Amino acid sequence: MVRPVPATTATTSPETANPIRWIRKNLFNTWYNSLLTVAAVAALAALAPRLARWAWHADWAVVSANMTLLLTGTYPRDQLWRLWAALLTVMSLFGLSAGAWRGNPRRWIGAAAVAAMLATTGPFQAPARGWLLGTCAGVAAGFMLGRGLTAWRRALWRRVLVALWVVSVPWIYLLLHGWAGSSWLPRVGPSAWGGLTLTLVLAIVGIVASFPLGILLALGRRSRLPAIRWVCTAYIECVRGVPLISILFMAQVLLPIFLPDYRIEHVVRAMVGITLFSAAYMAENVRGGLQGVPRGQIEAAHALGLNGIQTLALIVLPQALRAVLPAIVGQFISLLKDTSLVAVVGLLELLGIARSVLANPTWLGRQAEVYLFVAMVYFIFSFSMSSASRRLERALGLGER
Amino acid sequence: MSAQPGYKAQGQSTADPIIICEDVHKWYGSYHALRGVSTTVRRGEKIVICGPSGSGKSTFIRTINRLEEHHRGRIIVDGIELSGDVRNIEAIRREVGMVFQQFNLFPHLTVLDNITLGPVWVRKMKRKDAEELAMQLLERVGIPDQARKYPGQLSGGQQQRVAIARALAMQPKIMLFDEPTSALDPEMIKEVLDVMRELAHSGMTMLVVTHEMGFAREVADRILFFDQGNIVEEADPETFFTNPQHERSRLFLSQILHH
Ligand SMILES: Nc1ncnc2c1ncn2[C@@H]1O[C@H](COP(=O)(O)OP(=O)(O)OP(=O)(O)O)[C@@H](O)[C@H]1O
Ligand SMILES: [Mg+2]
Repeated sequence: MVRPVPATTATTSPETANPIRWIRKNLFNTWYNSLLTVAAVAALAALAPRLARWAWHADWAVVSANMTLLLTGTYPRDQLWRLWAALLTVMSLFGLSAGAWRGNPRRWIGAAAVAAMLATTGPFQAPARGWLLGTCAGVAAGFMLGRGLTAWRRALWRRVLVALWVVSVPWIYLLLHGWAGSSWLPRVGPSAWGGLTLTLVLAIVGIVASFPLGILLALGRRSRLPAIRWVCTAYIECVRGVPLISILFMAQVLLPIFLPDYRIEHVVRAMVGITLFSAAYMAENVRGGLQGVPRGQIEAAHALGLNGIQTLALIVLPQALRAVLPAIVGQFISLLKDTSLVAVVGLLELLGIARSVLANPTWLGRQAEVYLFVAMVYFIFSFSMSSASRRLERALGLGER
Repeated sequence: MSAQPGYKAQGQSTADPIIICEDVHKWYGSYHALRGVSTTVRRGEKIVICGPSGSGKSTFIRTINRLEEHHRGRIIVDGIELSGDVRNIEAIRREVGMVFQQFNLFPHLTVLDNITLGPVWVRKMKRKDAEELAMQLLERVGIPDQARKYPGQLSGGQQQRVAIARALAMQPKIMLFDEPTSALDPEMIKEVLDVMRELAHSGMTMLVVTHEMGFAREVADRILFFDQGNIVEEADPETFFTNPQHERSRLFLSQILHH
């Protein structure tokens, strides 16, 4: 059992212990490095006072007063529990998975404990505080449960967890959307979704839908049947030759023309546009991975008697996807940020809501605070995705081969 | 695992053929790679195939499990004729194991999962039984302690032995080897040849493309010498090494024995 590569723990070497030696070694080791260091320090010194002045005058009331709006848009205020429940579901699943895949207990339980402390002391109202504490408990309990269950029957529970993740996507969609006439989950149409909620829904739907679609397109592009190869190649090249904005506009205009019998919500049209766009890039990433799988792998699978679909699912795709995992995650991070473009078709996701808040005369001149907040939110999600991908890469032993 | 010639299949009747090739032709584009190969392999027979580079040795043994399609002639394996029929191809591949020069282990699966893959997905064996079988086979090829490692963590010789175990896990009737030791360092060649000798002892039908003439002499019932897409000489090892009939074989032997 050599697989799990232990995360390198930060040890203080004697060199980092002596600050002067560290500075000399890292900042003044060559003449051009010394120059860069001096220039950087000078620039910081020039900027720092202005930054400090701005920070002194910054008024975060614009963010705190509009927090619910920024996070949820116009989702009915008496139905907010559904968003909290969705958060609880996702975070508990993260906890379970971290436990099942042998995550670092100190990191996970510790993070949950710190978050719980913040939730207790922070300026939250009663229901929000309750949900936050519940979410922290969900992560911690999920972690312990995941550890326990997989210690008992690892393969089985890991498979169950993958199934739970798959089921969680439609479940959360149902939770958010509800259905007409239900007293428990009354319908909240996508037109009422906004803010960070809408950003995340668009990104997750885009990722979940474009992933399999992109794989199919990549396989199609390598198909032996010329008709399929042609259609897939044409699709991929066309989409990649067009900016996302124009695809979003086209989805708004064309979908109702193609499907006149259905009333398709604007949000759904945007989802379709984002998915179709992302799938083309996904396909190119996957194709790169497919090309890297040696012919001998396929021959060995065939020689064992595996049929075409088994060879694809058990041998070719796992290797291809592993090889291009960093590229795929990079693409999904762009997708998350690109959801901000739906503002052009009138949807109020995080950035759109931010702009509408700023249009309110009460908050005149508070752009810096609001945009900084928005940027931070995007950063948190993007950074989490990229660090999760790095950890996944390591767990899959990419670096070992 | 010393070599006793007694296990050779010489005494068996010729009436039990397991592979029949009749006038097999194969083209790569306009290049005529196999030019009317005909031969019959008896159950339990050990065949060594040798010949100069590019003579069609790999192409020939790869047509037997249909990694390469033949374009003319007939190939019948264990009573089933190879045709375009996918069901026939799959049926034959279940009975024919293959070991490659480059091992071709699946790098994303552990040694154990490499070996259980075929039994579980093709033979529909229960995972637990398949793992038991895999452990027995790893024992047999001499590396039971490597089951949980990944192929990339093993030496070349160990990898090739895992590849043999993987092929054997399908419980094949025939084993094909395409230069199984050519990619190995000299000190690892022996450990792989030892496993192959033991397999020969057990009565497996084997077709081996190799330049290991010591192995050929010791294990083969018959040697097929290929040149330019066809068998130009077919003889028992004794005759082949001491008194080759064909000029090409003589030249080949003088080259290979002087190295
Ligand atoms: N996929 C292919 N496409 C075109 N030509 C091929 C292909 N595979 C093999 N050939 C050609 O067919 C001929 C026979 O090749 P084969 O690999 O069977 O030779 P070999 O006897 O196994 O040689 P070696 O000892 O080098 O492995 C060679 O001339 C080779 O160039
Ligand atoms: Mg060859």
